[in-house]
Amino acid sequence: MSIKEPDRRILKHRLVPEHRVLSFEEAVGILKSLGVKPWQLPQISVNDPVVRLLGAKPGDIIEIKRRSPTGGVSIAYRLVVAFERRA
Amino acid sequence: MRRSLKSILKSAKEILPENLYEELVKKLEEAKDLTSKDKYEVVEEVIRRYIVSMVEPGEPVGTVAAQSIGEPGTQMTLRTFHYAGLMEFDVTLGLPRLIEVVDAKREPSTPIMEIYLDEDHRYSEEKAREVARKIEYTTLEKVMYSLEYTLGDRRVLIKLDPEMLEDKGVTSNMILTVLNNTNIGEAILSPEDPYAIILDVSEKVIPDEKLFDYKTYKELEFKLRKLYIKGIKGINRTSIKVIDEKIIEGKVVREYAIITEGSNLAEVLKVEGVDYTRTKTNNIFEIAEVLGIEAARNAIIEEIMKVLEDSGLDVDIRHVILVADVMTWSGAVRQIGRLGVAGEKPSALARAAFEVTVKQLYDAAVAGEEESLRGVTESIIVGLPPRVGTGLVIMSIGIQPTNQIRER
Repeated sequence: MSIKEPDRRILKHRLVPEHRVLSFEEAVGILKSLGVKPWQLPQISVNDPVVRLLGAKPGDIIEIKRRSPTGGVSIAYRLVVAFERRA
Repeated sequence: MRRSLKSILKSAKEILPENLYEELVKKLEEAKDLTSKDKYEVVEEVIRRYIVSMVEPGEPVGTVAAQSIGEPGTQMTLRTFHYAGLMEFDVTLGLPRLIEVVDAKREPSTPIMEIYLDEDHRYSEEKAREVARKIEYTTLEKVMYSLEYTLGDRRVLIKLDPEMLEDKGVTSNMILTVLNNTNIGEAILSPEDPYAIILDVSEKVIPDEKLFDYKTYKELEFKLRKLYIKGIKGINRTSIKVIDEKIIEGKVVREYAIITEGSNLAEVLKVEGVDYTRTKTNNIFEIAEVLGIEAARNAIIEEIMKVLEDSGLDVDIRHVILVADVMTWSGAVRQIGRLGVAGEKPSALARAAFEVTVKQLYDAAVAGEEESLRGVTESIIVGLPPRVGTGLVIMSIGIQPTNQIRER
């Protein structure tokens, strides 16, 4: 079974905010300034289509620039995990 | 020493959210009769008010959000009604829809897609219909008028409906090709009627000993009726809707979009002529699968806000954002309920307080779970002050100073 690469065009969709993989140094800096451990961040699956397009690996931290309806742009972070918990 | 207007605006930019800052700058530029000193005071006051209005550490935002959505929700039940005839499609609205979103149902009870079109197709109804025809799932059943056969004869006569053929953009020859590609038999156009197809069923499908077996014929009929001709699976019906009307240079320019019954986001986005930046569905799981968890979060916010606004309820979007954040925290869409968020709480007492109390307590006892009494629910059950608000702060007073106070 071949795993198909998601369509690049989804990145332009209105609902999809900008994602960016943080470098190791940036990630450490962010965790320090937030005062949290990586597992305390919200998570995102490696199988998420956007993460697959970015080529991020489990353990990476992704910066998301959300277009917030209350505050213009808000920045959120998600930790890439190998298995997302499904209800 | 007082700082200049410029420097305080600079610090305002750091403190205030983008929207607020931009609005402030715009308003300051508009206010011509204010002196620089007045403006300075305005900026100072805005920053002060903003900081005061921020959520304090320990504020139970979850409880506040639950109350703020729950209380208006009780009024919604009474006001829910059905838009029979108003809309072309049956749409779940009001409380049932809200429950559907929050319970993270895999399939909405009425899946609907809003398909926007690209520059070339969106301004003409004819072109919009062209795209709709490509999308709509069409089977033989939808374009035929009747299907006739006699027991003992391998010949099936399919009469097509010219009107439906026109409507769906299907030709008799297309159906012939589809029929001949299957291994049912050989199909030819009737020499007398251009809208009739004669199908000679092969002996493999109806063997000699089954020639008078009614069941075999019924099965064949069913297979033929469901024969796929074209379109995308899951999209059962389409309709064209005018979504925008503008007058440009004296001419009325209408923008068209396609509304569908049924949903298949992944396939629809691939169709030529579809605007892949705006097209959406009300199936949140599909969005999570195709566009990712962040898109699903935005979709949850939009869906809940739409339901609340349609019922005329004024709920602050921040509460809804919190719900969406919690639902998508783990990277997959989880429901707010015993199978999702509430069922994954670490405390057995908190889980038992939600639903299926006895089962939760049995399971916790069997597993030998420990109760650390850290959450709000379990603290209230055992009578501890919950760690919320002022309860979050632990203060201890030394014995020495207390004695001195008493003596005074």
